[in-house]
Amino acid sequence: MSYGETPSQTVGPYFAYGLTPVQYGYDFTDLANFVVAGPDAKGEHIRVMGQVFDGDGVLVSDAMIEIWQADEAGQYSSEPVSMDNAGFRGLGRCGTGTDADNRFVFHTVKPGVVADAAAPFINVTVFMRGMLTHAFTRLYFSDESDANGTCAVLQSVPADRRDTLIAARNDTPTGPEYRFDIYMQGDRETVFFDV
Amino acid sequence: MTGFKPRDWNSHAPYIAPGYKSTLLRGPTKPLVAIKPGLSEGTGPVFARAVVRDLDWDLTKNGCVNGAPIGERIVVHGRVMDGDGRPVPNTVIEVWQANASGRYVHKVDQHNAPLDPNFRGSGRCMSDENGNYVFYTIKPGAYPWGNHFNAWRPNHIHLSLFGPGFATRLVTQMYFPGDPLLDLDPIFLGTPDEDARNRLVAKFLIDKTEEGFALGYQFDIVLRGRFATPMED
Ligand SMILES: [Fe+3]
Repeated sequence: MSYGETPSQTVGPYFAYGLTPVQYGYDFTDLANFVVAGPDAKGEHIRVMGQVFDGDGVLVSDAMIEIWQADEAGQYSSEPVSMDNAGFRGLGRCGTGTDADNRFVFHTVKPGVVADAAAPFINVTVFMRGMLTHAFTRLYFSDESDANGTCAVLQSVPADRRDTLIAARNDTPTGPEYRFDIYMQGDRETVFFDV
Repeated sequence: MTGFKPRDWNSHAPYIAPGYKSTLLRGPTKPLVAIKPGLSEGTGPVFARAVVRDLDWDLTKNGCVNGAPIGERIVVHGRVMDGDGRPVPNTVIEVWQANASGRYVHKVDQHNAPLDPNFRGSGRCMSDENGNYVFYTIKPGAYPWGNHFNAWRPNHIHLSLFGPGFATRLVTQMYFPGDPLLDLDPIFLGTPDEDARNRLVAKFLIDKTEEGFALGYQFDIVLRGRFATPMED
């Protein structure tokens, strides 16, 4: 017997008090937040941030971004996500509605290379009002150009669109930061994957 | 390695669904680049049962301040499974919804229906070892939205699940049988295939209805399937 998939539907404009309650100031616990790796996690601590733009180039203030990544050794966690924020969690979730510049910002560690890949990357999922199905993309690192050049997934992307997947490193006084802006449409439309 | 069957795009809406105006500037327009799911898509977050606290699965109680929420109490039962009917155990289901008068607690909801001081409208539950889940809530009201003149969302509950891997991630909405707004709703109608979108409508079941307390509904959720063995098609 086979069963058809349940269709995806939009998160709508009012997800915050259900999915990102702590970030938006609602009285409920959250499953995931901007801390992907707490202070006790091994590896190079980094921030990943960006903005989301619609087809008119207008900043999206009601998107929700999720990330899923390996730890610094290239291992995906199979342990329950720790609900204290001290160690490595692997999962992050952030809405774009609370930052003054409508950024999403994650505190994490740079992932190692996983066994079936050639370059380090972070899975990024985009949800928002106006998307009936979420979209998957990947964040690669600008300081990994040799490894990026050997990554089969990256090389399968049309050459003129590859740089939409590369987050630019910026070493700031408060640590390394990678900028990953997401363009839903237009000349710089981010590459989204059918996984 | 975990292999997932490809997403069945016939069961989902296109990114650009013109009846739902916000999709026009927000849905990707270029073709998706297909990649074979690997470790990063075949793995996903695992949660301990402790993330679901005592009242998280009872929205009729988890927002009470000085009384009980107004509205029709319902109990939603369902089973999370894959496309072959295999249960998806131990997966968290996050739920959120409007109150009985169609108003969200969310600070930007401008609809002038009343808030209910005893209803927050968010919670979560977890499927058991057989994929079964249950939560109690108040039947949400319809609410207007700005998509077109006299646009009203049918009664619905938002649900969010991870399933066994990042590739099975699903955010969806559960609707109610017999709702006259369904045939007018661009979000529900965004899924072009009629059989597929009717899977979004819960079933009313008298035998899940609790005598003197709450109406019972069944809403099964089907996530993408796995390739079990190479022999199985
Ligand atoms: Fe809604």
